[in-house]
Amino acid sequence: MNYELMIETFPKLLMGSYITIQLVTISLFIGLFLAVGLALLRLSSNSFLIFFAKTYIFYFRGTPLLVQIFLIYYGIGQFESVRESVFWVFFKEAYWCGILALTLNTCAYSSEIIRGGIQSVPLGQIESAKSTGMSRFLLYRRIILPIAFRQALPAYGNEMILMVKATSLVSTITIMDITGIARLVIAKTFSPVEIFIVAGLIYLTINFAVTRLVSFCEYKLTPHLRYNE
Amino acid sequence: MITRFFLTLITALFLVIPASFAGDWSKIKIGTEGAYPPWNGTNAAGELEGAEIDLIADLCARMNAECEIVAQDWDGIIPALQNGKYDAIIAGMSITEERMKVINFSQGYANEPASFSVMKSSSLAGLQASGKVNMDSLDSASTALIDALKSSLSGKVVGVQGSTTHENFVKQVLGDSVTMKSYDTQLNLELDLIAGRIDALLSDKGSMEEFMGTDKGKDVVFIGPNLGGGPFGAGVGAGLRKADTDLLKMINKAIDEARADGTLAKHFTKWFGKDISM
Amino acid sequence: MELELLALGDNGWGDEMLRATLVTLMVSLSAMGIGLFISIFGTISKLSKKKYVRILADTYTTVIRGIPELLVIYLLFFGGSNAVMGLAKLFGYYGYIELNAFVIGSFAVGAISGAYSTEVMRGAFLSVPIGQIDAAKSVGMSKLLIFIRITAPQVLRYALPGLGNVWQLTLKDTALIMVTGLVEIMRQAHVASGSTYSPFTFYVAAAFLYLILTTFSNRIFNRLESWGNRGVRRE
Repeated sequence: MNYELMIETFPKLLMGSYITIQLVTISLFIGLFLAVGLALLRLSSNSFLIFFAKTYIFYFRGTPLLVQIFLIYYGIGQFESVRESVFWVFFKEAYWCGILALTLNTCAYSSEIIRGGIQSVPLGQIESAKSTGMSRFLLYRRIILPIAFRQALPAYGNEMILMVKATSLVSTITIMDITGIARLVIAKTFSPVEIFIVAGLIYLTINFAVTRLVSFCEYKLTPHLRYNE
Repeated sequence: MITRFFLTLITALFLVIPASFAGDWSKIKIGTEGAYPPWNGTNAAGELEGAEIDLIADLCARMNAECEIVAQDWDGIIPALQNGKYDAIIAGMSITEERMKVINFSQGYANEPASFSVMKSSSLAGLQASGKVNMDSLDSASTALIDALKSSLSGKVVGVQGSTTHENFVKQVLGDSVTMKSYDTQLNLELDLIAGRIDALLSDKGSMEEFMGTDKGKDVVFIGPNLGGGPFGAGVGAGLRKADTDLLKMINKAIDEARADGTLAKHFTKWFGKDISM
Repeated sequence: MELELLALGDNGWGDEMLRATLVTLMVSLSAMGIGLFISIFGTISKLSKKKYVRILADTYTTVIRGIPELLVIYLLFFGGSNAVMGLAKLFGYYGYIELNAFVIGSFAVGAISGAYSTEVMRGAFLSVPIGQIDAAKSVGMSKLLIFIRITAPQVLRYALPGLGNVWQLTLKDTALIMVTGLVEIMRQAHVASGSTYSPFTFYVAAAFLYLILTTFSNRIFNRLESWGNRGVRRE
């Protein structure tokens, strides 16, 4: 094991974590909004909307993310009609293709988590809110969504960790995240084990921070479960 | 219980171990990429094909060895050799000083210059495809050719295959004046040139000529001079582990024989349409 | 879509894609098997009274679940043979030891799958009501009999839905072992799309094949679940 090389590589890979964190934050943020929408479609009473939501979730949860990334990057780029359209400004950049694939993917998984959260809201709470004359919108904003989020938080924390790990796949479409830079360094040094161990440690650190953040949020959101303070 | 588990685990690992002994070269494993036509590609029957695949069969017959070809992604091709996944690399790999630090090379068996390519419709297509630059002995004429390349490519996005001599050239010579993008395979690199995600690409001429012969690649043209020497290395050779000096001698002898009776030239002429053997 | 590219026979890639699907299925099955094997020991270690054994098991699940699958596969691919060779040297064997792509791939995905299975199995173990075990003890059942009659059947039932999820995860993770050179669905699609310059066709085909595999196996797991729950009173 070449420790000197590992120490030398560390700051280089750390530069890549900037892109990794960016990809995670942006796609989780947009993905969450879309996921709430998708969960509401899935729980609606319109059979067409339910069918759409189900198909979307079925496709994105049933195929590997790598297929989705390649399909969006290389697959869509194959068509001249796309390349001549206004959308090409977006699809031309590997970065945006990566964000799109990650966002669509996390949206499918998160919507199922949120749906579970919404369904776990006690019926009594909804009924009592209705009896005080709350509108449907207010009911969702004040009662259902906050409780649903709190219920869904542990599962969503897992999804966040899965997303941090998933970003490593965008290195296959020329994006220079932690894994991308690691590959670049390996091309020079021919020592994959050392470099990938350093990269792994950085991912572990990021995920540790995510876990702490989630449990902090959980603590803040459940004051009623704290007995002695 | 737990101690026994670890013992079982170790035993289990031994059960899956077929061993090949160093020094006995009646069976040789050769690593290649299979995504670099016409050097080494994969056809619709799922079989490897190309000049180097024919060469491997030829060399193995001369060495009286039974050869197995192993496909391996390019960016791990040297580490996998060192790990013993195969015994030799025959994959269009240029002989460079950087690689010589970690592996040995046989004598060169082919040499093909590198060149930049762009789409016909690109503004870069105006740069004439002529001249020859040997990076080992730069005279004023070749320096002028390189400067012309540099100024036209300045600010453009240039694609290369990762872990290649072409990547090294772009990094060393063009540096920050261009945005470099590294791809896993030559084929994905070509796809992104026609998609317009990169303005130009740098690769060996032979594989580009193959692409230009296809329907999708018909609008691609070369620009600037033929590049060789320096970071591009001294021809293409077989890569071997440093320890396997006996295999090195065997392969060098086989290449000598193939060159002497003209079959080496024949393999490359068949796939490249020109003799690039050396 | 250029469907003629997916023709069967030597002029199209259809038969190659189907063969690759079989490889994906085989790798997934052996990875899941290895994962389940690991999970038995992982669960026992996690519930062990010895602290260092618990720490060992916790480190395994935390590290494997905390670093990208791609890195786990790369590390085992490039470091695996060396580690095995190092072990072999301890036993007095000096030679090249090679593990083929299928074995490495199965073990790499198996190690990932095992970490998730361990968590599922541990949860299932803990959901067996302690009262039932006490009751079994009180009627004089031996430890082994308690395990066979009381614990094991319930653990399996509680674990099935979770294991179904792990299977789906495992199936999709095998796409990443394309980097080891094993010709499964993803690698075949990658090679074919490169050779034909038609990525869209082949990645859509790959997505379709994965959907078939996931849907089909989902059905089987649902069957198993309802079979496992056949004696449970519905409320």
